[in-house]
Amino acid sequence: MTYSMTMKMKPFLPFVISRATNITLMRNIMFKNWPHIPIVFRTLHQSDVLQNATIAEPISRPAGKHTVTLVPGDGVGPELMGGVREVFKAAGVPVEFEEVFISEISPNISASLNTVLDSFRRNKVGLKGIIKTPTTFKGGALQTLNMRIRRELDLFANVVLVRSIPGFQTRHNNLDFIIIREQTEGEYSALEHESVKGVIESLKIVTRKNSMRIAKFAFDYAMRHGRNKVTAVHKANIMKLGDGLFIQCCEEVAKMYPKIKFETMIIDNCCMQMVSNPYQFDVMVMPNLYGDIVDNLAAGLVGGAGVVPGECYSTSVAVFEQGARHSYAEAVGKNIANPTATLLASCNMLKHLHLEYHSKLIEDTVLKVIKGGKITTQDMGGYSSTTDFINAVVHSLP
Amino acid sequence: MASRALVGRLSSISTLEHSQTNTIKNLIGALNFVFYNDRKRNYSSQKRLVTMIPGDGIGPEISASVKQIFSAASVPIDWEDVDVTPVKGPDGLFRLPQKIFESMEKTKVGLKGPLATPIGKGHQSLNLALRKAFSLYANVRPCKSIEGYETPYKNVDIVTIRENTEGEYSGIEHTIVDGVVQSIKLITENASRRVAEYAFKYARENKRSTVTAVHKANIMRMSDGLFLKCCRNVAAKNKDIKFNEMYLDTVCLNLVQDPLAFDVLVMPNLYGDILSDLCAGLIGGLGVTPSGNIGEEGAIFESVHGTAPDIAGQNKANPTALLLSAVMMLRYMQLTPYADRIERAAFDVIREGKVLTGDLKGNATCSQFTEEICKKVTA
Repeated sequence: MTYSMTMKMKPFLPFVISRATNITLMRNIMFKNWPHIPIVFRTLHQSDVLQNATIAEPISRPAGKHTVTLVPGDGVGPELMGGVREVFKAAGVPVEFEEVFISEISPNISASLNTVLDSFRRNKVGLKGIIKTPTTFKGGALQTLNMRIRRELDLFANVVLVRSIPGFQTRHNNLDFIIIREQTEGEYSALEHESVKGVIESLKIVTRKNSMRIAKFAFDYAMRHGRNKVTAVHKANIMKLGDGLFIQCCEEVAKMYPKIKFETMIIDNCCMQMVSNPYQFDVMVMPNLYGDIVDNLAAGLVGGAGVVPGECYSTSVAVFEQGARHSYAEAVGKNIANPTATLLASCNMLKHLHLEYHSKLIEDTVLKVIKGGKITTQDMGGYSSTTDFINAVVHSLP
Repeated sequence: MASRALVGRLSSISTLEHSQTNTIKNLIGALNFVFYNDRKRNYSSQKRLVTMIPGDGIGPEISASVKQIFSAASVPIDWEDVDVTPVKGPDGLFRLPQKIFESMEKTKVGLKGPLATPIGKGHQSLNLALRKAFSLYANVRPCKSIEGYETPYKNVDIVTIRENTEGEYSGIEHTIVDGVVQSIKLITENASRRVAEYAFKYARENKRSTVTAVHKANIMRMSDGLFLKCCRNVAAKNKDIKFNEMYLDTVCLNLVQDPLAFDVLVMPNLYGDILSDLCAGLIGGLGVTPSGNIGEEGAIFESVHGTAPDIAGQNKANPTALLLSAVMMLRYMQLTPYADRIERAAFDVIREGKVLTGDLKGNATCSQFTEEICKKVTA
């Protein structure tokens, strides 16, 4: 409890600013006499900046608990969510989960879509595992469950935070960039038909409204998180109208943010650059399918699907999940999945709930356990099981 | 033969609709089949003619270098140089000159340097024109780590085979109302089966063990579903080669973590475009990656890097990509001994690392690098 103790010894003094106070004098007093008081100028959603500042244990606890929707998902989802619950309990996080199980591959025990949507709408915040889609199409609705949830809640923006984990060596280290993906239209429109036998058309829809919205989101995100550059990824040399519209929207929005550098990159070149020189990227924005590709590629660079957290936003709901969406069904019951991504996603969720103290507490502990190098799961080159890792985190909590 | 040249002329000069040209082409193709079915194949004892498109920028230098190495290895090939600078047709549009069609008609095999496509001038891309004219349906790119040229990824050995005629690149797009655009991805059973068959054929001929179909059939359930179904059907007929299927995103995720797990990948157009460049990135970029476009009528092998106008004419270019493409061409023409010899010489020179061009972190010129390979070839 290192930082909470420091803060208890030096309690925060209320400082009343009257109109008569000389500003220079005030600054002198603040910085010279109480240099330990963290001065953090916050704007909305700027929680990342707080990472480096000391966060005090809240003096007064919130009156109630936050209720959060929990969708465990398929594959290893339920195992990982169990881990998150354990860690939350040990860290005394004031969050209550409202668990709803929904699945496309085991429809018999699945809750209805409406139950899930209602829960998300009511709680506004959710933690979600990955819902697996069966590969073989046997007719019926083309939309997958994932698509329907995203469409219904209008979760238009997917943000994947690609960050190298300190102490975990991969081919490229010290990576830190953000991928923002439009996820309501594009190739994932589920509009397909067979014109004649053996000839299938699949429609990709790009609209100005959604392109503008995601571009605006990306630039806002870059501003809020102190990023300098936005790269729009496209294939407008081939899809001149569709991706052309997307790029045009990005360019239009870019003009409104003169402080942020804007560049465009063709998707194939982007992938090549990603594996050879990923350090050049900062914030990236792209349509749906390219986002899927780049998300996974980037996750591969920093250690795989098990370490990269992601988040989805609509105008009112935020859903936190893994960055690279794989249900990892091969590992069910084997106790080998890496809970890092899910834990980091849950930390981001706590940040979103303004529970910065608990968020930082858990995040630091997870990173500490990984950096210790003794307890890591198979995908990170270790021999420990999921439960070992969770236990290590629980025991390392200060 | 002349009739096919006529088709080329038709499609390049006349303002016929594409579909109309195609109909005529098919008709003449059928006639050809009847009359020329018994045409003699070339045998390796004869010298064979190959069309050479030197290209723009550094193209002339690197193609000269390839020719030099080929003659040092005394490969039984004669080159026919063709300039493909677009010419203005009677309708005011720029098109490929007739000569290239006539030459390819004769030779069936071409080697192509980088071409500069002018951007946004309403030009048809020359690459696209060539692809269409000779129905080059499969793009093959073997990506093999080059010893002596270090990247973070070791021992990569992947071949990407990409469907080249349809999919997302069908070019069918329209604006429905202002601000809403619809692009059509077209997947047909014929094209999917054709590329899947080629993938298995390639795997067998090149002693590869596994073919992986890359798809996104969990999202594009019908279109990618059809592609996958075709691959499965073809796989069932080729039991000697192992077959598996993977999601595009899983491939991306695993490719950068463990590239050794992959062998031959077969996929629709867009995914192929992305993954082939990604694999090229793994082994050090397009400057060392060969590429071949296989068609029903013939094949064009090419280097896929840019024209590098900044170093054009300065004797600094790296001919490796074009040389390795030429090696692929030799294998396609079943001149395997020559292919092996030249490939080994090129890899030896790079491994020794004494004479390397600037992009391979050396300071030799293109001609010095070429000389060195020639020495190895003749040794």
